[in-house]
Amino acid sequence: MRKAEFVMAAVMGIFSLYLMWKSAELPVGWIPEEGPGGGAWPFWLSAVMLICCVLILINWYRRKTPPSQSDEVYMDRGTTVAVGLVAGSLIVTVALFYVIGVYGALPLFMIFYVRYLGRHSWPATAAMAAIAPVATFFFFDIALKITLPKGLPIIEETIFYPLYKIFL
Amino acid sequence: MIHSRRKLLGLGLALGVGLAAFGLPKTAMAFEPQKPIEFVVMAGKGGGADKAVRFMQSIIAKHKLAPVPVTPINKPGGSGAEALVYLKQKKGDNHTIMFTLNSFYTTPLRQPALGVNIENFTPVARMAEDTFCLWVNSDRKDINSVDDFVKAAKAKGKDWIMAGTGKASEDNLLTDFLNSAYGLQMKYVPYKGGGKVAKELAGNNANSTVNNPSEQLGFFEAGTTKPLACFTPERIGLFKDAPTFKEIGKDFVYFMQRTVVGAPGMSKDAASYYQGLFTKVFNSEEWQGYMKKKALQGDMLSGSALMDYWKRERDIHKQMLIKMGAIKG
Amino acid sequence: MVEIITLLWNGFAIAFEPVNLMLIIGGCTVGLFIGAMPGLGSVNGVAILLPLTFLVPPTGAIMFLAAIYYGAMYGGAISSIMLGIPGASTAVATTFDGRPLAKLGMADKALTAAAVASFVGGSISVLLFTFLAPPLAHVALRFGAPEEFSLMMLAFATFIGLGGDDIPKTIFSICIGLVLAAVGLDIISGEPRLVFGNITGFLHGINFLVLAIGIYGIGEMLWTVEEHYKAGGKSMMSDAVITVQRTMANLKELLGTWKTALMGSFLGYFVGILPAAGATPGSLMAYGIAKQISHEPEKFGKGAVEGVVAPESANNAASTGSMLPMLTLGIPGSPTTAILLGGMVIWGLEPGPRLFTDHADFVWGLIASLYAANFFAVIINIAFIPAFIWVLKLPFTLLAPIIFVLCLIGGYAPTQDMHDVWLMIIFGIVGYLMRKLDYPLAPAVLAIVLGPLAEPALRQSLLISSGEFSIFFTRVYSAPIMICALILLFLPLLKPVIRLVGGRKTARR
Repeated sequence: MRKAEFVMAAVMGIFSLYLMWKSAELPVGWIPEEGPGGGAWPFWLSAVMLICCVLILINWYRRKTPPSQSDEVYMDRGTTVAVGLVAGSLIVTVALFYVIGVYGALPLFMIFYVRYLGRHSWPATAAMAAIAPVATFFFFDIALKITLPKGLPIIEETIFYPLYKIFL
Repeated sequence: MIHSRRKLLGLGLALGVGLAAFGLPKTAMAFEPQKPIEFVVMAGKGGGADKAVRFMQSIIAKHKLAPVPVTPINKPGGSGAEALVYLKQKKGDNHTIMFTLNSFYTTPLRQPALGVNIENFTPVARMAEDTFCLWVNSDRKDINSVDDFVKAAKAKGKDWIMAGTGKASEDNLLTDFLNSAYGLQMKYVPYKGGGKVAKELAGNNANSTVNNPSEQLGFFEAGTTKPLACFTPERIGLFKDAPTFKEIGKDFVYFMQRTVVGAPGMSKDAASYYQGLFTKVFNSEEWQGYMKKKALQGDMLSGSALMDYWKRERDIHKQMLIKMGAIKG
Repeated sequence: MVEIITLLWNGFAIAFEPVNLMLIIGGCTVGLFIGAMPGLGSVNGVAILLPLTFLVPPTGAIMFLAAIYYGAMYGGAISSIMLGIPGASTAVATTFDGRPLAKLGMADKALTAAAVASFVGGSISVLLFTFLAPPLAHVALRFGAPEEFSLMMLAFATFIGLGGDDIPKTIFSICIGLVLAAVGLDIISGEPRLVFGNITGFLHGINFLVLAIGIYGIGEMLWTVEEHYKAGGKSMMSDAVITVQRTMANLKELLGTWKTALMGSFLGYFVGILPAAGATPGSLMAYGIAKQISHEPEKFGKGAVEGVVAPESANNAASTGSMLPMLTLGIPGSPTTAILLGGMVIWGLEPGPRLFTDHADFVWGLIASLYAANFFAVIINIAFIPAFIWVLKLPFTLLAPIIFVLCLIGGYAPTQDMHDVWLMIIFGIVGYLMRKLDYPLAPAVLAIVLGPLAEPALRQSLLISSGEFSIFFTRVYSAPIMICALILLFLPLLKPVIRLVGGRKTARR
């Protein structure tokens, strides 16, 4: 935990520096008769962020805050696996939106989560995998007319064009 | 990267399915949209352009002019830059159209890094041209003409506040014109959206504005604000008492287009489909009534006539931006 | 007075025509569900259903949309309480105590409190609306950039005590929210800024929802996944039960919060009237004030009923309040009313001071429908509470994927841009890692909501005054607001001094 506190403050400090550098693309000073320039707001606030990071590091050094005193492991093995699997599956699901679309990716995500992580029965898994895309399609694409990503054009043309004809 | 891979994969699959479907009669018929038509709006929800798009959407829905729904998508980023890039990337798409204003010319000129060439877009239909007038609050009983206005603004110098929508926008161009034509030093304060600008004038938080008539109409009818002169070739029917700038010796006419644009490389059939669709919208009773009520002008333009109009307007804007110092020549 | 009551009576006659009544009930139900979806709020509901309203006459149409608006305001609390994800910025403050209550197994109490408080806020504001419309409209008109900035300062000031115990981390969180709010286009100079890696998705800025769903949705769920894993797979979202007895006890307890509800309603209504403010600052300020006037401020953030009552009464009151400048001046007080305004123009009604006289039927029909919508929304909402409680009792491994799917789609729907979905996942993972180290994240979410309102207002004011800060103290409406804000801001610094002086006195005695 102690190590994590240090790393996080250091990374956020570097990020604040990057934000300051990026904000400086626009004037960060005071323009006479006009007030602050376009980059001033993010620049000076990022500077405050940097100061906060330094203070956090000082607190870390003096062991003032609970995370900087704790010897607990920040992410034990089991937690890393459990959280990593979930976060990873989300990333894969979103990446799949580009290829097989929302309606292809959702059932796969459901099968992975409900069956593999949740260890529920196959009927429960099948029900979730079927209900999720159907309910989403009717609520978003049909009722609210918010078109969700369909993936490659070929999928939309072969599967969804007929569906549009029926429901829209 | 993702884009090109996607295309390649798509091509492969399309080939496969195409071979499988070989022999079926090819649909060489006129274009019919197969999926919801994406109507990109260059502004956020609730803005003037957004309202116009949702109005057209409702006309199409009411008269069942299209077999599929039209779905507005807002891409408000970077004075239209986000919308322009989005449309550019939709090259060859037959189901994406966009509603544009004058940022269609100015944004690609000011941000050449976007790589947007408006000549590549498909001209669909110019639905109207919006007009501009110079407005002051009715509390200013001493200002009843442009001459009074010039006198008052000169007296206040840099403390005369002109409110407008965004930097280097239509309002900013007009403010610069007034400043140089009459030797004024008005201070231009940008706000988000024309409705907000109109309100600042009505609440006496700004001294003058160059709003579209539609934005000030409510306040005008309530007697809160008044137009002094308009940037039009002829007087606007609603404001019979306000002269044109041409009449008072400054030949300056300025419009804002309200135009429907198609994705670049749209098929010819699709382009003519949308031209037909928006001709029907234009001729509908609702749209004509809307134009009249909002003091919109202009005939419908489409095809190459619209493209010529764009090129002409872009050159005019280029000159204005150079003069303003926003871009280099 | 008599005239108003007669007009209102006629309005009720219109609102209770069978078609209109059905539209109101239908609108409330649809709005409730749209509002309960994370990512979809009243703006989306009203924008999407606007074209449908051409099938009915304008009076019915505006009633339908207003009912959706109302229903969505009620619904926003549902996802805040059940999932901890605010569906819209107006419901952010509801998560602060609503979610802890749900975690303590009192989701039924929080949901009931939200529904009843919304009803109180809605009812009081409609009454104020009926009798106090035109004079307030003029105050609203006078509000310019300096007043807006002062108001934002006040909103920040009421929130000063909200962060955690770690002061540098709290300030860091506020600042990162404000910086993220600056991404996109700088409207004063017209230049794009903080467009990381020239990705066009950053041009439209970072939508508040992307950060909120990322932190409260994805981040919070990852946190729960960890807890679930550590508890050996036994955790649940909430183990609330609902019985008649419990509901009666809840209602009884709610009676004790009447002061908070009244405060929230009045505050929400008056802030809601101000153009550009809308319901979000109103609900945030109501929460902050409720905490400051409470006898047990330490309970806030850990499951205080007042923490749900205050923002919920305020945001419903504000949604009515924001209709006032829309109808009387044609100025929208919130994005949702901007779209309603668009609708009115399409139906051929010109909003403005003359609307009340020229189209009295329409205006009073609308006002009457607000009374009716408020009444039906609370009934529909309460009727659905058992169903929501049942959903919360599903096993975590069934509920979690559903919530993740809602987050992914909720992140996509408002802008329809995949860029925002990726950003949301990044915020979720980073937020989870930061939360483990006691970084308070609520201040960041608040800052990204208030930042885009505060910064342009500050710079427009300074532009008008040629860089003089005195502009905030020399204007009729700005000065008192700014002074209140400064007093509140420095109160925590003064407290030790006051205590010191007070302490000495007691010592002497």
